[in-house]
Amino acid sequence: MHERTPGIRPRPTLRRQLDVTARRMFPGATTALLLLLLAAPLGLPGQAELQCALVLGCVFFWSLFRPASLPPLLVFGLGMLADLLSFGPLGISVLVLLIVHGLAMLWRYDLTRQSFLMVWLVFAVIATGAAALQWALISLLTFQMLPAMPVFFQAALSAGLYPLLAVVLAQAHATVAEPARA
Amino acid sequence: MIRLSIPVRQALARLTLPVLIAAAFGLMLLGKADTVMAERAHMVLADTLAPIYGLLAEPLARLRDAADSIGLVLAQAGENVRLQKENEQLRKWQAIALALDAENTTLKANLHWIPDPQPSFVTARVVADASGVYARAVLLSAGPNHGIIKGQIALDDRGLVGRVTEVGARSVRVLLLTDLNSRIPVILEGSHSRAILTGTNGTRPRLAYWTEDVQPIEGERVVTSAEANAFPAGLPVGTVHYNSQHVPEVEPAARLDQLEIVRLFDYGIRSVLPPEASIARPAADRRR
Repeated sequence: MHERTPGIRPRPTLRRQLDVTARRMFPGATTALLLLLLAAPLGLPGQAELQCALVLGCVFFWSLFRPASLPPLLVFGLGMLADLLSFGPLGISVLVLLIVHGLAMLWRYDLTRQSFLMVWLVFAVIATGAAALQWALISLLTFQMLPAMPVFFQAALSAGLYPLLAVVLAQAHATVAEPARA
Repeated sequence: MIRLSIPVRQALARLTLPVLIAAAFGLMLLGKADTVMAERAHMVLADTLAPIYGLLAEPLARLRDAADSIGLVLAQAGENVRLQKENEQLRKWQAIALALDAENTTLKANLHWIPDPQPSFVTARVVADASGVYARAVLLSAGPNHGIIKGQIALDDRGLVGRVTEVGARSVRVLLLTDLNSRIPVILEGSHSRAILTGTNGTRPRLAYWTEDVQPIEGERVVTSAEANAFPAGLPVGTVHYNSQHVPEVEPAARLDQLEIVRLFDYGIRSVLPPEASIARPAADRRR
């Protein structure tokens, strides 16, 4: 625990505590906001796929680089929100996001030491698996074989957008989402 | 806060994820077993968000219009010529339509034709695209006490859009005719052959089960059929179009990709309705 280690720290005033809390909440809050924003009538082509892709990228990134700010319970909540917004069967996004979160947590000690290219590659594999799992679960829960094309589209979109997302999130990671800078 | 020793806390932290994953499976089963509850959960969130998205919709639409108008200005001259030609053509059609209408009126008068009852309708704004990756639907914003019920038929200014599948207090979800689960009984207007229009989640739904001796003709108009008493007869659906694999599809008449305002018609058809809709009706009446 950070508070228990000896050292000189600024006094924990109310303002500072609020600042730290806000920074800790940044990953969860921005991901939820992104979800809500991408459910708005923006008229973008492939908006539903875009929503899935970006949320997956966000959860993967924060689970990898700042898991303390994205506890499993928050991932559960984000998945629930995604399921409710998409009118799909409940629990599917919850499961997919939790599994992605779990994998990122499992591999984070090795992955965070790797180059960006390696992380991207791993994410591309995870995104493909996530899209396929989502497809399989929805097919199972609606008792019909769904067309498989969206799986490839969604996987490609997730993997393709990840570098862009990572640049933005890495900026945030070092600045606004860093509790130590409060 | 209870003070726990570090090993206990670590063990708990390690347990959270498996427990939550199990909870996700439980949620899936629960959502499948209790569809009414799942639907209510969806509509509670939709009800909360519909007014917010409704507020957002107007500036967004204006922004889109502005972007469109820039393109329009650039293509003005060519567009003008095209419109003048189309206008001429339409004037011809108008003359034909007026003549036919007059003829129809006299024929109906001679036959003592009982006119179809005029359906009542409400108009609602589309506030969000409620499509998922594997569904095609829109969310409409409706005022409180809107009186909309499941199974009502949605049309835009050009043709059939879909049917109401979920009703909340302030919002309504309409399943589009392009959705994978949409099945609409239709008639091919040229041959009067019956067929079923099945959604594929793509932009054009497919025709299926048409009578064997007639083949759908490219460009033929497709209208709804009163078969199965799910739709009134004769609502415009679209025109037949063969895709590259030579499968007959229907190009929807409604502009499904840019729906803004939708009319929900109550044709008084109560045959294909889920059981809870019949309970909702008297309750709505009592409130008034």
